[in-house]
Amino acid sequence: MRKLLMVSLALVTAAALPTASAQTKKTITIGVFPDLDSVVKAALPGFYKLYPNVTVKVNSLAYADHHTALTTALSTGKGANDVEAVDFGYIAKFAEGNGLVDIAKAPYNAAQYRSQFVAYTYPQAMTQDGRMVAMPTDIGPGAMFYRSDMLKKAGVSATAMNQSWESYIANGKKVVAANPGSFLIPDAGEAAQIIIRTGLKSGEGLYFDKTGKVLVGPDNARFVRAFTVAKQIRDAKLDARAGSAFSPDWTTAFQKGNLATEFSGAWLVGHMQNWLAKDYSGKWASQNLPGGTFASWGGSFYAIPQQSQNKTEAWNLIKYLTTNSAQQVLAFKTTGAFPALRSAANDSIFNEGVAYLGGQKARIQWRQAALKIQPLDVNRLDPIAEQIVNDSLATVLDGSKDVNTALTEANRLIARRAR
Amino acid sequence: MIASPKTTSGSRPPRRAGGWAEFQRRYAPYIFISPFFVLFFIFGLFPILFNAYLSFQEWQPGTGLGDMKFVGFRNYTDNLTDPTFWLSLKNTAVLAVLSGLPQHLLAIPLAFAVYGGLKKLQNLVTAVYFLPYITSIVAISVIFFTLFSWQYGVINAALNALHNIPLIGGLFPADKINWLGEKEYVQPSIALVVIWRYTGWNMLLYLSGLQAIPKELYEAASVDGATGWQSFRYITLPLLRPIMFVAVTLSLIGGLQLFEEPFILTNGGGGAGQAGLTTIMYMYRTYASYSDAGVAAAMSWLLFLVIGALTLINNRLFGRSGMAGGN
Repeated sequence: MRKLLMVSLALVTAAALPTASAQTKKTITIGVFPDLDSVVKAALPGFYKLYPNVTVKVNSLAYADHHTALTTALSTGKGANDVEAVDFGYIAKFAEGNGLVDIAKAPYNAAQYRSQFVAYTYPQAMTQDGRMVAMPTDIGPGAMFYRSDMLKKAGVSATAMNQSWESYIANGKKVVAANPGSFLIPDAGEAAQIIIRTGLKSGEGLYFDKTGKVLVGPDNARFVRAFTVAKQIRDAKLDARAGSAFSPDWTTAFQKGNLATEFSGAWLVGHMQNWLAKDYSGKWASQNLPGGTFASWGGSFYAIPQQSQNKTEAWNLIKYLTTNSAQQVLAFKTTGAFPALRSAANDSIFNEGVAYLGGQKARIQWRQAALKIQPLDVNRLDPIAEQIVNDSLATVLDGSKDVNTALTEANRLIARRAR
Repeated sequence: MIASPKTTSGSRPPRRAGGWAEFQRRYAPYIFISPFFVLFFIFGLFPILFNAYLSFQEWQPGTGLGDMKFVGFRNYTDNLTDPTFWLSLKNTAVLAVLSGLPQHLLAIPLAFAVYGGLKKLQNLVTAVYFLPYITSIVAISVIFFTLFSWQYGVINAALNALHNIPLIGGLFPADKINWLGEKEYVQPSIALVVIWRYTGWNMLLYLSGLQAIPKELYEAASVDGATGWQSFRYITLPLLRPIMFVAVTLSLIGGLQLFEEPFILTNGGGGAGQAGLTTIMYMYRTYASYSDAGVAAAMSWLLFLVIGALTLINNRLFGRSGMAGGN
């Protein structure tokens, strides 16, 4: 009997051993969207070397589905991943409420890394009451991409062209005249978007000031100028009226080689060389935005939902993805995601020429541009204001309203919602 | 529960008849039918009730269920004083008429032609007309974008080619038309896609209606010397009224809930001058982009009232006499 007991005990212990060791190995999940999923997958081998007891499961969904699933998970308090990727456009929305962990607080103390990041990224993820809901990973420094062959044909230099918005339009007319069938820009509204996003006073948001007062209106020089410049471009018949980026007309114009310039984040080069304008390699080049302006196009962040049961491991993964310089360089090599971490942008790869841009060392230009982009205060009502401003801009562009009337109406409509 | 003595068999007292047999007889049917009710409560009734509750709350999804704030009828008054809500209702109504009427005006003669004249090809023709209804909206959008594109579209290329033909060229526009980029063309463009998509569905409804009309009536009419038009006018049309009522009601409800076609054709934005913004699109935007779930919920109830009222009017005008088969 005693022998039997000993054997049983030995068996139980043997059976329990692997379980005990398995318990120390934790599995965490990360919710991402393409192409960020490729970045995370490429990062995992390096992460596992530092944290051998953690396994990461990557849950990738399409861009919109990912954010919808996250909205549902946060509203019901169930189903969120331990780490969640959040795109720039959704940050303000998710910062509301207490669904995401405030990583400015201990034990995360994310604020300590602030100086290591491009300045405008942190304020994007911070709420007005000082909480920080996500950690920046990549950014989209803006540039004016232009067709060097088209400009050459018109005898226009890129530096002369981007002196100011006036010189952009004046020289643009020459470029379109010299290249029949071409357009200077996919949509006149793009110029307005850049002007609205630049030259903001300190503490001024895009559409609202710190106290929540509506800034859109005929007495605000920023909006008047934005609408006026866009209207000038439309009236000079310089734009392809393609609407937003990635619309079918936008795509076709690129593929047919009918565009002379386009404003976008540095990431556009990846799209151009892979599918958008494959045949025009070496003909496109990069320059700063007109009028000495600097703006950002998107950017991604990582957040920890309050409902996560593995917050420590989640934070370790986020820290690795965002503050590890070698990892940020790897991300850049993997998908062209421009690093938010400043030290990563000092890697030697950023001094190399970009083959698609005819060997131009454009990355240095983008790095410098990123340092000059000013932070924007985000407001929960920004999406509503943006929609109303876009609608009123459209009425100006199609000639049904003048700038003053359109902006007065926009002000009234936004103020109605800002209660 | 009180058991009736008469319901149990023989002289056994009802209590004793309980047990398994009684359970099977009285409760088992409910258990068998319960999956439907369980699913209906979860996916049908609960969302409706929750939506009604939500319409009186201020809530941003993403902040958690605990963050709701009761605001009374404010979400309703907000909608009723919102010019964009009224614009979306107007767009919806215009699109419902612009796309709804032609569907029926095309579907009835088509069904009649298929039923009467194309006996051998009936199945093939029906399948061809029905195809748009079951085609993926994504595939449809790609094709129509290519057709409607301002600079590179097939429609503009064709109009341009026609314009260059001598003599008749003057009938066609010289400049390219920005179908989805100019206010006056957005609604007709969307309506065209909706008509293309649903005419086959209506044709199928009418075809089934035609097949239900007794052949003897046509035979009697032909014996009396009725022409084809007379048969159509005095036999087909009156006897099709019940199915017309069904088809028009479905079109009315579908038209007022129009979402996919305008959403995809205008890239979700509503198009130039917001002419393609329907109420369901605006509701979706209010929820998904503006994170204003309460206002969106209230909007859905307001739209429900509009649909209910119009269906009632349709029922009064057309339904009763239609269902009675004439008069």
